Amino acid sequence: MASLTLENVRKSFGPTEVIHGVDIDVKDGEFIVIVGPSGCGKSTLLRMVAGLETVTSGTVSIDGRVVNGVEPMDRDIAMVFQNYALYPHMSVFDNMAYGLKIAKTPKPEIEARVAQAAKMLQLEPYLQRRPRELSGGQRQRVAMGRAIVRKPAVFLFDEPLSNLDAKLRVQMRLEIKTLQRDLGVTSLYVTHDQVEAMTLADRMIVMNGGVADQIGAPLEVYANPQTAFVAGFIGSPPTNFLAPAMLGQSGDGQIGIRPEHVRLAPSGQLTARAAYSEALGAETLVHLRGPNGGLLTVRQDAGEPIPEEGAEVSLDWDVDREMRFGPDGRRA
Amino acid sequence: MAQQNGMVEKRGAGHWLTHAGLILGVLFIFFPIWLAFVASTVTQPEIARPPMPLLPGGHLWQNYSKALTSGINAPVALMLFNSAVMAIGIAVGKIAISLLSAFAIVYFRFPGRHLFFWLIFLTLMLPVEVRIVPTYEVAANFGMLNSYGGLILPLVASATATFLFRQFFMTVPDELAEAARVDGAQPMRFFVDILLPMSRTNIAALFVILFIYGWNQYLWPLLITTDPSMNTIVMGIKQMFPSGDDLADWPVIMATSILAMIPPVLVVIGMQKLFIRGLVESEK
Ligand SMILES: Nc1ncnc2c1ncn2[C@@H]1O[C@H](COP(=O)(O)OP(=O)(O)OP(=O)(O)O)[C@@H](O)[C@H]1O
Ligand SMILES: [Mg+2]
Repeated sequence: MASLTLENVRKSFGPTEVIHGVDIDVKDGEFIVIVGPSGCGKSTLLRMVAGLETVTSGTVSIDGRVVNGVEPMDRDIAMVFQNYALYPHMSVFDNMAYGLKIAKTPKPEIEARVAQAAKMLQLEPYLQRRPRELSGGQRQRVAMGRAIVRKPAVFLFDEPLSNLDAKLRVQMRLEIKTLQRDLGVTSLYVTHDQVEAMTLADRMIVMNGGVADQIGAPLEVYANPQTAFVAGFIGSPPTNFLAPAMLGQSGDGQIGIRPEHVRLAPSGQLTARAAYSEALGAETLVHLRGPNGGLLTVRQDAGEPIPEEGAEVSLDWDVDREMRFGPDGRRA
Repeated sequence: MAQQNGMVEKRGAGHWLTHAGLILGVLFIFFPIWLAFVASTVTQPEIARPPMPLLPGGHLWQNYSKALTSGINAPVALMLFNSAVMAIGIAVGKIAISLLSAFAIVYFRFPGRHLFFWLIFLTLMLPVEVRIVPTYEVAANFGMLNSYGGLILPLVASATATFLFRQFFMTVPDELAEAARVDGAQPMRFFVDILLPMSRTNIAALFVILFIYGWNQYLWPLLITTDPSMNTIVMGIKQMFPSGDDLADWPVIMATSILAMIPPVLVVIGMQKLFIRGLVESEK
């Protein structure tokens, strides 16, 4: 158990800088999720914490100790890889025990720790099997088990669920969350799936092109995005963006309004033409073309009337739901 | 229906034809070996008399024990032993060296990495026969004539095996090395605990090929050994042939040839099992 601090961390591959100065302060026992689009540097950041990638500048400290030059094994971390990276020729037991064997842990202790982890992860019947004789979900659990038995100060996860099918992903998500709560280990979890981020995180970090755009509790980030990127990335369907001129206002920048805050009304602030709608059962998404041709989305309850395709409709919303962003994309 | 039957029949006929062809081929190839075996079980006059015997005679034990214990220049048992040392030495040496060099080339970023790889690759164009004179000179200067070292070492460097292991290591996911690093394994530990066991089918296949390569060496042992007690079996057979008016002891020569064939066959059969088991295991 430990805190984890990143201070102005930068990373360059040759001449190209991919992480442009990230500061994160993770408290003891906290579950932090890093979310962002592909290529924004999430894995790179995680691998710098793990010690698999060097830090170009800035410091990474675990429990107050700067670990920039420290080998991964001496950082007191454990990592779960996207493809699990299980040793194919070793049994499940040996996979979990390998790190402990190298650390010269006494045999009875290794057996006790592996048995405990196997029990926690329901892997007991499979301890003598090889990884290829396991299902995807079971392999995922073995990878988790390998991390747990080392009793590390920090867990690092790099998209651990992205190779699983949708149903299993939901189940494993819950298991990871429960496990992390029970063990109370500080965790850093990378994903590109915002649902995973919203459901798992104590706090989440939204990354955009090598920069941490916003750090905060999931609902806080959702309700109060600090940049236009965060407003557009978090939430599905995404936030509608309007130019101030469309509403007869002056100034540049953008106005964001979430689909669930917009309603179809007899008269409103904006007229648009209905394009198509998706009835999802409990709710309906109505997609419209705005005055400048851009797509807008309205999310309404199933009972509400659905406009004909091509019909002119008015959109209305409460002004205090508007999110104003300056020309630089920051919240005004 | 009729058509279907026809097809089945046709396939059946083709099936038998294929088998007949294969059996014929096997017999064709096996016939000289059979003749050699027959010749190794009869007496010299029986071979010399025109209709060659096609069925084994009664002197098997006598001929083989003569070959094994005294031979013509050197006892065959000794030559078999020399060949075994040479073949195993070459196979093990080549595998060990190429595993290590492939490991270095794939997993370490050192200056001149590509240069070294290409240098190793270049040796592919320089088999023993091409560099035989300078290699002999070097071996002689090191005092390695008539020694196992002289038989083995100059043949140990292997570009093919290095290349094969390099290709295999490059298919091993990087995450495996990273997971081992997080688990605290030093590079050599990773090599021994993870890469080696993962390469075992490749190693088995290469061992078979390299053992036979080493066993069949002829020119190099001929140059490097002058002492009959260091002869290998393949060159030994050639030296048994009579020169000038000497009378050839054909039964003993044939017994030697048959004996020379046995170890490679045993290695192929023995390794094949391991090899198929490895394949089946990793396919699942
Ligand atoms: N070894 C490397 N050499 C050069 N560039 C690299 C290297 N590794 C990553 N990059 C670059 O750094 C950027 C960030 O990569 P990273 O793998 O961290 O993205 P990511 O956010 O994890 O994306 P994804 O969700 O697709 O996994 C990318 O533009 C990538 O091309
Ligand atoms: Mg990634």
